[in-house]
Amino acid sequence: MNTRAPVLESAGSAKAPVLQVENLRVEFPTRRGTLVAVDDISFRIDPGEVLGVVGESGAGKSLTGAAIIGLLEPPGRIAGGRILFAGERIDTLGRQEMRRLRGRHIAMIFQDPLTSLNPLYTIAHQLIETIRTHLDMSERAARKHAIELLFEVGIPDAGKRVDEYPHQFSGGMRQRVVIALALAAHPRLIIADEPTTALDVSIQAQIITLLKRLCVEHGTSVMLITHDMGVIAETADRVAVMYAGRIAEIGAVQQVILGAMHPYTHGLMGSIPMIDRDMDHLVQIDGAMPRLTEIPPGCAFSPRCKEAMPTCFSERPDLARVGDAKVACWLFEGDEKTGRRSEEANAAGKGSDPDAARLEAEANSDIADRAKERASAGASDIDRKTDEIEGRTATMADGTDDILVQVSDLARDFDISPPLLNRIFEGGKRSVVQAVDRVDFSIRSGRTFSLVGESGCGKSTVARLIVGLYTPSGGRIEFEGRDLARIDGRGEIEGIRKRMQMIFQDPYASLNPRWRVEDIIAEPIRAGNLLQGRKAIDARIAELLVQVGLSPLDGRKFPHEFSGGQRQRISIARALASRPEFLICDEPTSALDVSVQAQILNLMKSLQKELGLTCLFISHDLAVVRHISDEVGVMYLGRLVEWSDAATIFDAPMHPYTRMLRDAIPDLKMTGQDRIPVAGEVPSPLNPPSGCHFHPRCPHVEERCRREIPQSTRRDGRLVACHAFEEGRLPPSKSSIPDDSIRNPE
Amino acid sequence: MLAFIIRRLFQSLLVMVAVGFIAFSLFNFVGDPVNNMVGIDATIEERQRMAESLGLNDPFPVQFARFAANAVRGDFGQSFRLSVPVEDAIAERLPATLELVFVAALLSLAIGVPLGVYTGLHRNSPLSRLLLTVSLIGISLPTFLIGILLILVFSVWLNWLPSFGRGETVDIGWQSNLVSLDGLRSIILPALTLCLFQLTLVMRLVRAEMLEVLRTDYIKFARARGLTNRAVHFGHALKNTLVPVITITGLQIGNLIAFAIITETVFQWPGMGLLFLQAIQFVDIPVMAAYLCLVAFIFVLINLVVDLLYYTIDPRLRIDKRVHGQ
Ligand SMILES: Nc1ncnc2c1ncn2[C@@H]1O[C@H](COP(=O)(O)OP(=O)(O)OP(=O)(O)O)[C@@H](O)[C@H]1O
Ligand code: SF4
Ligand code: SF4
Ligand SMILES: [Mg+2]
Repeated sequence: MNTRAPVLESAGSAKAPVLQVENLRVEFPTRRGTLVAVDDISFRIDPGEVLGVVGESGAGKSLTGAAIIGLLEPPGRIAGGRILFAGERIDTLGRQEMRRLRGRHIAMIFQDPLTSLNPLYTIAHQLIETIRTHLDMSERAARKHAIELLFEVGIPDAGKRVDEYPHQFSGGMRQRVVIALALAAHPRLIIADEPTTALDVSIQAQIITLLKRLCVEHGTSVMLITHDMGVIAETADRVAVMYAGRIAEIGAVQQVILGAMHPYTHGLMGSIPMIDRDMDHLVQIDGAMPRLTEIPPGCAFSPRCKEAMPTCFSERPDLARVGDAKVACWLFEGDEKTGRRSEEANAAGKGSDPDAARLEAEANSDIADRAKERASAGASDIDRKTDEIEGRTATMADGTDDILVQVSDLARDFDISPPLLNRIFEGGKRSVVQAVDRVDFSIRSGRTFSLVGESGCGKSTVARLIVGLYTPSGGRIEFEGRDLARIDGRGEIEGIRKRMQMIFQDPYASLNPRWRVEDIIAEPIRAGNLLQGRKAIDARIAELLVQVGLSPLDGRKFPHEFSGGQRQRISIARALASRPEFLICDEPTSALDVSVQAQILNLMKSLQKELGLTCLFISHDLAVVRHISDEVGVMYLGRLVEWSDAATIFDAPMHPYTRMLRDAIPDLKMTGQDRIPVAGEVPSPLNPPSGCHFHPRCPHVEERCRREIPQSTRRDGRLVACHAFEEGRLPPSKSSIPDDSIRNPE
Repeated sequence: MLAFIIRRLFQSLLVMVAVGFIAFSLFNFVGDPVNNMVGIDATIEERQRMAESLGLNDPFPVQFARFAANAVRGDFGQSFRLSVPVEDAIAERLPATLELVFVAALLSLAIGVPLGVYTGLHRNSPLSRLLLTVSLIGISLPTFLIGILLILVFSVWLNWLPSFGRGETVDIGWQSNLVSLDGLRSIILPALTLCLFQLTLVMRLVRAEMLEVLRTDYIKFARARGLTNRAVHFGHALKNTLVPVITITGLQIGNLIAFAIITETVFQWPGMGLLFLQAIQFVDIPVMAAYLCLVAFIFVLINLVVDLLYYTIDPRLRIDKRVHGQ
């Protein structure tokens, strides 16, 4: 079926934008009125260009993508504006014509590779079906093409694996298959909706690299939707920042990331923790993005904006050209009113009027100044804070005096063998996962220790072992020098458990939806009989609510009345209710948007200081970990591979795995340095590699690594479990000096 | 998979033993078998001789073992009422019931699946709403009432179809309704009555599953690749709805056999259900016991088949579980 949409005929002109979106508006008619989810947005994408679209959850990014490809789910509909593909209008195309366009000219990639493929069909089936829908090919030719595609997206042994089912591929490999499917008919535009969000950092880096390479090779344009500024910085040519269904700022990626103009973008950039420097405090945008039903008149950002003026609350700023970028903010729109010429006029008069050029330059330099001002304000802020931190002692615990929690040789196995009968009749083997394999670390009181690592490395298991949700299969956990396993008295162990509290990742699942917030917070108080009398308890609840930045009146409400960030505050209040000394936080911010994450991180830092809490912090986000912790342990497949203080581990990582992780973090400073490509994927924990678990991916591997499990070696205030480190043959770390020549250690 | 089958067989065996035990208990707890066999005026010696010859004086486990051994060979003794071996009575009635159930199941799938797909795809069309409302009525009316209504309309008023009995049957190894016109005409009303409940069930199930599957990412992705609606709906969506549909249909075939009792009574269909009902009236315990065992056996068998079907449909369940990392 190669009937071509009329669109294709004119698609020849290479210079014309691939996609133009003009004043697009997407609405949802509901019982309580019409919701405007995407409101008057315009942008274009040029051939071969990658346009990043960032914004917080619910900003309308996905809906914009869905509208372009004609897959809005009813009752959602395009209520205004035009969408042009290669110069031809496509938002008015009929269903059949639109279908022919999809996949053939515009393709789409979704977030979750685990659910994007039909589990009941082989990869070959799905690829061939897609190819033959769009290209006039025989079954055989399509199969050949399918294998070529798989090969192209980096699937080893493609000829054989093409006949396997999706569940036989790992997450990263499935996303590669998804990309192959999207590329099957050589579309001119790919809309990638959070293509790497569900993946581990190291896989994320690989997929981004792959996507970039393929688009360059095929000249494909990409609309890259994500909430991750780092991914944008790595990949995009231009970026559009969306807020509450509108575009706040759009421009070249350098410009937007380094010289953000719109107050929202500016705040957003400041709220992202940085991997390469210490910051005491993140820039905080208070509040959260408004729900669609309550978007304020005027500028949607006005309730959160520190620079809001009276006009902002009544009149809506339009996207106006400022220098090379476009910004929707009154701060930057005054130019025309104050008598200066607007950019539009400049552009129109360009060439013919010598004066215009001068004026333009003037206007631009003015803008540049303003952006610079802001940037430097932020930077000096940071400098000052760095100085503050400099003084703190940040070496690993040598003394034992103030150690609160000591974990030695901690191990935990999970038996996931198939049942006996299967083992007998199908030769199934006994299989035991060593989720935690002889892990040692200690946490000094008043400090934050973080465990990082990719999914499945065992970090959450460690947390659960410590709070007693699992029992260890080996090793010891000591709290204040007392072995938790040896405490007999029930009351006593409960007393200790009360002094530890845990905060979980999902603020939606961890609060009972039927309870009022006050009851949720009071539960540990009542259960532990910590306070008597209604009055005392109520007073304590109010105090806790204020402590986490909520109002005492919020106690009467139910969890569903709160946003994700507020719910996480409630979780924190509940955890603090029993006045614990030790807080265990398992990915407490990974379900939150960056600006909200910054609020929670700031809150946790100040609470820690105020209450003298000791924290075990678990996260896969290295930048967050850097920001929050004093010391960091890196885990890989159940083992602790490196342990050091936060600055050392990120500025000068030692263990090859830490280096790889560090390198997988997209560079927000846009230095343009190429990263060392990250190799391979985390092997199955069921069948980990012999010796050093990291050896199949390690650039420094030698024979000994395959045989012998490396033991931790202590040197220069860090513990590293690596033969190469012990033998002193690891090259010095490069990251401490930005332009180090020893980038690639080979 | 072998382990799976073995486990299933073992479970099935347990079920059968349990059912056998219940069936066997009937002899001991419902009525006195000797009383049923001999005349009222039999002497005590006669009764004792009878009991002895029936093995009723043996210890309980021995009696049960004997019953089980016989049952496995299909020997359930003599029907008290008909005075023929139970297995013969059943063999004569079984085809009638099985054909009825077969036709009913076929109808419910042949009508239920397309209707389910339609109502799933066109969620808000008037026809969908109508179908859903009607199906609700279908589910809430008792079977016998539906049967009587059908008889009233098609036999009494319109006089199109016979109102009772199997009509003309042809011997094709068994007495069949399915090869003669008269036989087919006779089976329509009872099969329709019997299938109505399952039809609505299948339709609603397919609809719910369709709606669920249509929301999944792989369907969205399939659409985004520009596959035709036909390929998306019938290639990708429908196949994914099949697993639960097969389960329910399988279980329902068992239920159909059980429900057939009512339908067979309404239509005087000479099947096992009718036989069982008459057996109850006359406390014909061997027949009751045999019926119980047979129905349980069919249930177990269907379940086994259903489980095996999963394996053919869903590749994730097949032996090869390895996930490639590199
Ligand atoms: N079917 C619907 N009915 C009503 N509102 C909807 C519907 N689908 C989406 N919305 C709303 O439209 C807004 C934008 O949604 P969209 O999915 O585009 O956000 P997004 O920027 O992609 O966010 P995320 O980062 O969470 O993916 C959200 O407020 C969302 O709740
Ligand atoms: S328009 Fe006003 S409220 Fe909106 S971002 Fe600009 S300054 Fe802030
Ligand atoms: S022990 Fe060997 S394989 Fe493992 S990280 Fe060190 S050098 Fe690499
Ligand atoms: Mg989205």
